[in-house]
Amino acid sequence: MNMVLPYLQGYGFFMTLIVNGETVETSASTLKELLDALRVLPERVAVEVNLSVIGKAQYPSFHLNEGDRVEIVNFVGGG
Amino acid sequence: MVIKGIEFRSRLWVGTGKYRDFEETKNVIEASGSDVVTVAVRRVNIIDRKSENLLDYIDPKKYKILPNTAGCYTVEDALRYSRLAREAGISDLIKLEVIGDEKTLFPDTIGLLKATEILSKEGFVVFPYTNDDPIMAKRLEDAGAAAVMPLGAPIGSGLGIRNPYNIRIILEAAKVPVIVDAGVGTASDATIAMELGCDAALINTGIAGARDPVAMASAMKHAVVAGRLAFRAGRIPKKLYATASSPIEGML
Repeated sequence: MNMVLPYLQGYGFFMTLIVNGETVETSASTLKELLDALRVLPERVAVEVNLSVIGKAQYPSFHLNEGDRVEIVNFVGGG
Repeated sequence: MVIKGIEFRSRLWVGTGKYRDFEETKNVIEASGSDVVTVAVRRVNIIDRKSENLLDYIDPKKYKILPNTAGCYTVEDALRYSRLAREAGISDLIKLEVIGDEKTLFPDTIGLLKATEILSKEGFVVFPYTNDDPIMAKRLEDAGAAAVMPLGAPIGSGLGIRNPYNIRIILEAAKVPVIVDAGVGTASDATIAMELGCDAALINTGIAGARDPVAMASAMKHAVVAGRLAFRAGRIPKKLYATASSPIEGML
């Protein structure tokens, strides 16, 4: 599925990422910008880019590249 | 109970799966008196951002959040989920599951042992979900497990403590706490686990699947306390024949 989430639309350079298994086009260039665009609060999540866990402190400086596979996870009910 | 320098107030630990909503989850946790709650690690829904977060209902300052690696069938997946859980949470606690089979959800203990060793070296406080196998419990302890969590019966089965003798042998040899995980179906099952000398019991389906989960949470709380007290008090030996409670002396 190739989708442009409405709140990701903007101006400037677009790249395609795989976020949580979905193809996403975004103008966000850093991880922080991507999370902001997705309206995800960094405190409650963990993020992995291309199978490496990225520390929260790195979000603002972590640059994303075309085709990056991003996983954003949080806690849900479980036993 | 202190495990690796962390103080645990309650001996009943509860899971947060299978509840109707977060409100019910919260009410159950409160009724259980538990200070340890397990959670799973899953993808954030990036399409529907209205969905609330579990941690809006469970204050991580008030409760110890114990993330699990449920659904992981390989060592690699279990490591990956553990590292994500550490980053998402605020602690190194991990309830480690490496599942071997979909139908039974029995642990793949070979994978479990490998993952326990690796994660312990990475500084995780590892709580492995294992079989009621005394040898494996010892191996996990040697590999750095903070506690061992033998199953009473398959996850969600409600069959109770199927092999109390194995649990006793595990308890005899263990230098780390033993926490029964899985199988507790009703209050008496929790009491039996605690009477055997287990340090705690982790319960999810036994509470979540009850007709009235909040009432069952309260029942489990009392059952765990009763079992622990009975263990400490020391039960009487079982005998085949009667021993009179009233004296013979003074009878007419």
